[in-house]
Amino acid sequence: MLDTTSTLKRTPFYARHVALGAKMVPFAGFEMPIQYEGIVAEHRAVRGGVGVFDVSHMGEIRLRGPGARAYANRLVTNQVDSIPDGKAVYTPMCLETGGIVDDLLVYATGSDRLFVVNAANFDKDLAWIRAHCPGDVTVVDENENTAQLAVQGPRAEDVMARIYGDRVKSLEFYTFFEEGEGEDRTLVSRTGYTGEDGFEIYVQASRALEIWDQVFQAGAPALIRPIGLGARDTLRLEMGYCLYGNDIDETTHPLEAGLGWTVRFDKSAFLGKEALLAAERDGYERKLVGLVLDGERIPRHGSEVGYQGRTVGTVTSGSMGISLGKPIAMAYTHPDHALAGSKLEVRTRGQETPASVVARPMYRGGSVRTPKPRRAT
Amino acid sequence: MKAPKDLKYTPSHEWVRVRGQEAEVGITDFAQGELGDVVFVELPAVGTSVARNKSFGTIDAVKTVSDLFAPLSGEVAAINTELKANPALINQSPYEKGWMIRIKMASPAEADSLLSAEAYEKTLGAHA
Repeated sequence: MLDTTSTLKRTPFYARHVALGAKMVPFAGFEMPIQYEGIVAEHRAVRGGVGVFDVSHMGEIRLRGPGARAYANRLVTNQVDSIPDGKAVYTPMCLETGGIVDDLLVYATGSDRLFVVNAANFDKDLAWIRAHCPGDVTVVDENENTAQLAVQGPRAEDVMARIYGDRVKSLEFYTFFEEGEGEDRTLVSRTGYTGEDGFEIYVQASRALEIWDQVFQAGAPALIRPIGLGARDTLRLEMGYCLYGNDIDETTHPLEAGLGWTVRFDKSAFLGKEALLAAERDGYERKLVGLVLDGERIPRHGSEVGYQGRTVGTVTSGSMGISLGKPIAMAYTHPDHALAGSKLEVRTRGQETPASVVARPMYRGGSVRTPKPRRAT
Repeated sequence: MKAPKDLKYTPSHEWVRVRGQEAEVGITDFAQGELGDVVFVELPAVGTSVARNKSFGTIDAVKTVSDLFAPLSGEVAAINTELKANPALINQSPYEKGWMIRIKMASPAEADSLLSAEAYEKTLGAHA
């Protein structure tokens, strides 16, 4: 039998996935769980309770040294220089053309900047970051030694408080704390990719299984469940969050992808700034929109989007919107057809299904914490 | 992997239950497991002609879409209308409540060339 899995990497949680009966698939060079009991049940478990995702395939790259903050700020479009210690920021990293090299989280940890990047882009990102690196910055590859779990859902805070104490309750959205030294080093952030309240835990790979077991033990009263990449995709799509390789890539820029809020033209020079300023000035030919379909066929990556018979766009991500009860998609359309309420049609296997442009997120019932003033406690 | 002995199978993972001149058709337990949660199945109208090894419909799961292939030639005598409201029956009960169509066979002898449960399970050897 041809063994196609021999070249795939495994996360430290591999044995747990297999023991839980996960269906394992190749993803970005890793053997990853796509589902355990089923995508629909897992999606609902996260929306209604709490679930755990192994996201150890994500890549960690640390910038260290006197120039780390300034260099990080030059690499990405968002402001990551002057942010306070303990803050995380979502941002694209662009080519000089404005095309997106990757989208990532930047953690401000002292004077270091920790980049958490997509698995499929890790090697490319590392090469890109090293290629532009000034002498006063050290680039540290922490990928192999880092395990990552995402604990997501309206009951995530209860579960995390059982492990890390009440301090998780005062963590604002997109902030984090660190504890421990050496093998015990741990980072906990209030971040996620689901539209629910949630946390991400970074630990040394040597402690991965211990943390996994702690999370499941703490989550038992909340009926915590493991969640695969399949539900990760349906959850993020209902929120209109971009998936690199589907919705954004080196041929798309952040403005047309609806990520203009992450592009800080008011900061000092960054890679891609001139090209993005030109795009901002001259306009662009397409915009990424959310679509809700009035039909049953599921749109797929590459499905055409039409307006009165003319092709005006292309679907980049499509699925059943499990919490919405309708098929949904993201698509690039001509800006004339990008306004919420625009009526379009999606062509799937020779048939047209009516679709409406809707503002992202398509799903608005989630427990995710948007930035807001700290409550008095 | 469950493949009931009293059914016939195709290499493309459809099953066939022959009853007189009619053949009931669905997809196997293996197929539903590979597809994952089914959210929509598109079936032909009653009276439509179907041809052996040609597509008679499509099945949408959350992650993927797949063609459905007719194991036998004939005319669609009935479709499972329950699947419109509850496509998950294909996951929950692939050989019973998840049946898709009944074909009035043009040539019942075609059924003889379908796979036995044992032969079908052998084709899964590479996957299982």
